[in-house]
Amino acid sequence: MILANLAPGQVGVVKRLAGGWGMVSRLAAFGFTPDAKVEMVQNFGRGPIIVMVRGTRIALGRGEAQKIIVSPIVEGGE
Amino acid sequence: MAEHLITVALAGQPNVGKSTLFNLLTGLNQHVGNWPGKTIERKMGTCHFNGHTLEIVDLPGTYSLTANSLEERIARDYIIKEKPDVVVAIVNAASLERNLYLVAELLPLPVPVIVALNMVDVAESEGMKVEPHVLEAALGVPVVPMVATKGQGVRPLLEEIDRLVEGEVDYLPNRPQIREDHLEVVEEIESLVNPYVPEPYPRRWVALKLLEGDAEITEMIRERMKEDTWQEVHAILHQHEDAVVAVASGRYDWIARMIRAALIRPKVGQISLTHRLDRWTTHPFWGILILLGIVGFIFWLTYAVGAPLQGWLDTVVVGGAADLANAALSGAPDWLTSLVVDGIIGGVGTVLTFLPILIIFFASFGFVEDVGYMARAAYVMDRFMHLMGLHGKSFLPLFLGFGCNVPSVMGARIVESPRARLLTILLAPLMPCTARMAVLAFLTPIFFGAAAPLVSWGMVGLSLVVLALSGIVFNKVLFRGERVAFIMELPLYHIPDWRTIGLLILQRSRAFLARAGTIILVVSVIIWALSALPTGDIDTSFLATIGHLLEPVGRLMGQSWRMMVALLTSVVAKENAIATLGVLFGAGEEEAQLATILSQTLTPTAALAFLVVQMLFVPCVATVATVKQETNSWRWTGFSVAYLLVISFVAGILVYQIAGFVG
Repeated sequence: MILANLAPGQVGVVKRLAGGWGMVSRLAAFGFTPDAKVEMVQNFGRGPIIVMVRGTRIALGRGEAQKIIVSPIVEGGE
Repeated sequence: MAEHLITVALAGQPNVGKSTLFNLLTGLNQHVGNWPGKTIERKMGTCHFNGHTLEIVDLPGTYSLTANSLEERIARDYIIKEKPDVVVAIVNAASLERNLYLVAELLPLPVPVIVALNMVDVAESEGMKVEPHVLEAALGVPVVPMVATKGQGVRPLLEEIDRLVEGEVDYLPNRPQIREDHLEVVEEIESLVNPYVPEPYPRRWVALKLLEGDAEITEMIRERMKEDTWQEVHAILHQHEDAVVAVASGRYDWIARMIRAALIRPKVGQISLTHRLDRWTTHPFWGILILLGIVGFIFWLTYAVGAPLQGWLDTVVVGGAADLANAALSGAPDWLTSLVVDGIIGGVGTVLTFLPILIIFFASFGFVEDVGYMARAAYVMDRFMHLMGLHGKSFLPLFLGFGCNVPSVMGARIVESPRARLLTILLAPLMPCTARMAVLAFLTPIFFGAAAPLVSWGMVGLSLVVLALSGIVFNKVLFRGERVAFIMELPLYHIPDWRTIGLLILQRSRAFLARAGTIILVVSVIIWALSALPTGDIDTSFLATIGHLLEPVGRLMGQSWRMMVALLTSVVAKENAIATLGVLFGAGEEEAQLATILSQTLTPTAALAFLVVQMLFVPCVATVATVKQETNSWRWTGFSVAYLLVISFVAGILVYQIAGFVG
């Protein structure tokens, strides 16, 4: 699933980055690399979102958050 | 000990307290300019320690060293080509993992690195603890813990720089290794490009950047290689197109090993102050209310403190200087007195009276930025701003344009993307500033009676609509709709550093006085000359001639030559429009008398058209000069002026014709 679809409080693991070189390279530098854990902090279903990745809060446009493919971690089933 | 110059480059990601450290090291011994040929600020300064003179170079804040942005190119070009003696990599202890990414990119470069572990206090308040010695042992480079805002750790840092330069420490960095699965490819690329890598680029680094798909390095090597050898390299790169993510992952794997023992993370479930504040400040509804509250407070400050100060400067300082000059020149010819009093002192006065408002805006701006709030403001406004192709960060600078367009244009510096920054600068003059509002407030009651507030609001609304439409059009036409990626760190809130804010105010004000100030003075004198020459009477002056020349255009909008002259003089300062009309209609300083004359000579339709034009017209010379200063381009400055000239006249004509038609 895509990062943009995680609900607040949900944690996902980055699987893959889609998009052009510039975008992918920026996302990767910010810490969105495969196996990184991303926690959704704020997501109102539209507009930008806030996530926590590698100990930093990052605001992402919805478009950018749709380029990050994650697999959600089920509560307690890590 | 022989005196020799040691160059120290400060590198760091944004929000690590880099400026604070820079200011702490250099104090007032700093020079602010631009990087050669770029519009990005370059700060350099000197610092004396232990018999050495250190030249401190503040590199632009960057997240990585891949050619994603101009800042990143500048930072890495400087390190590779200028080879500073030491690079101090400032990292924020509270987001160590992400911050060490830049260190992972710095270590492979042939320059010794010292890690300044800043904001140790912020990290602790977030429940994190970093062991500097453990980190030092892991990285193999000196690590100096610091709290730059309290001045802690500066001396140890300088001592460490000293020891490194004197060769008293073995510099054996634990450089990030290229991952097994890529080592072979990197070696293969390296052997292919080896003879083509120009000095002083490290070959292994070039090979890795090629693998990462770095546009600048790819271009550099391609230009130097023969087509067929390049094809060979290109084929390998093509096979590993996704390597950029793998290389970044490799760096984070290295970071994970570096911090494993050094970092103690907070307990799960601990809710930090930042988290609590963010629930409100980033909320789509409350967040906007808070933002409006803050902006409202800044405006209140402007009116409560700035405006009286401005008035005081105008009457006491400028008026005093004019009185003195009048007295001193009592025997001199009239034209000379007029040149000094109206031209020069008037011009200087204009520059001077800008200062209180600018200082208030720069201070508010610096505060909001330094405390960590700016990113939140950008976040809540992003959804609206990106309709115009703008980043959320453009909101605050643009909105402050309601007060004055000058800080608006200067504030565009916080927007990282050069394209979005330019767009912000081009749109800023369309914000109705206080001086325009003053003209509006004077003219609307004369013509529209009870409907005056409605007309005023309509004018403000019109300006904003034109601004939004211009944004959409510029974005589509000039920038082909290219969207600005919105990825932004939300830093932890922290206590602002007053020294950093103070120096920011000082530098920005100085830049305004030095560059914009001279242009304002020159233009003021020119406009004075046009209004005084050749006869000394404005009615028969060159300015009047120009007004007559413009009359055919004016007639389309229902404007007489006098109104056109008023528009022209409004370029010196917007409120001049009223004073000029006073002179031209022979009403002098008597505003009531001017009101009566205006209401007799101008129809409400023509008045409406005049208001429209003056709202959208070429901004005051201070703004134009600042546009030049910030874009560093006469072309864009010219474009901005021409665009506003055309748009204001077109809007004026449309309004006059349509209103006339409707009746």
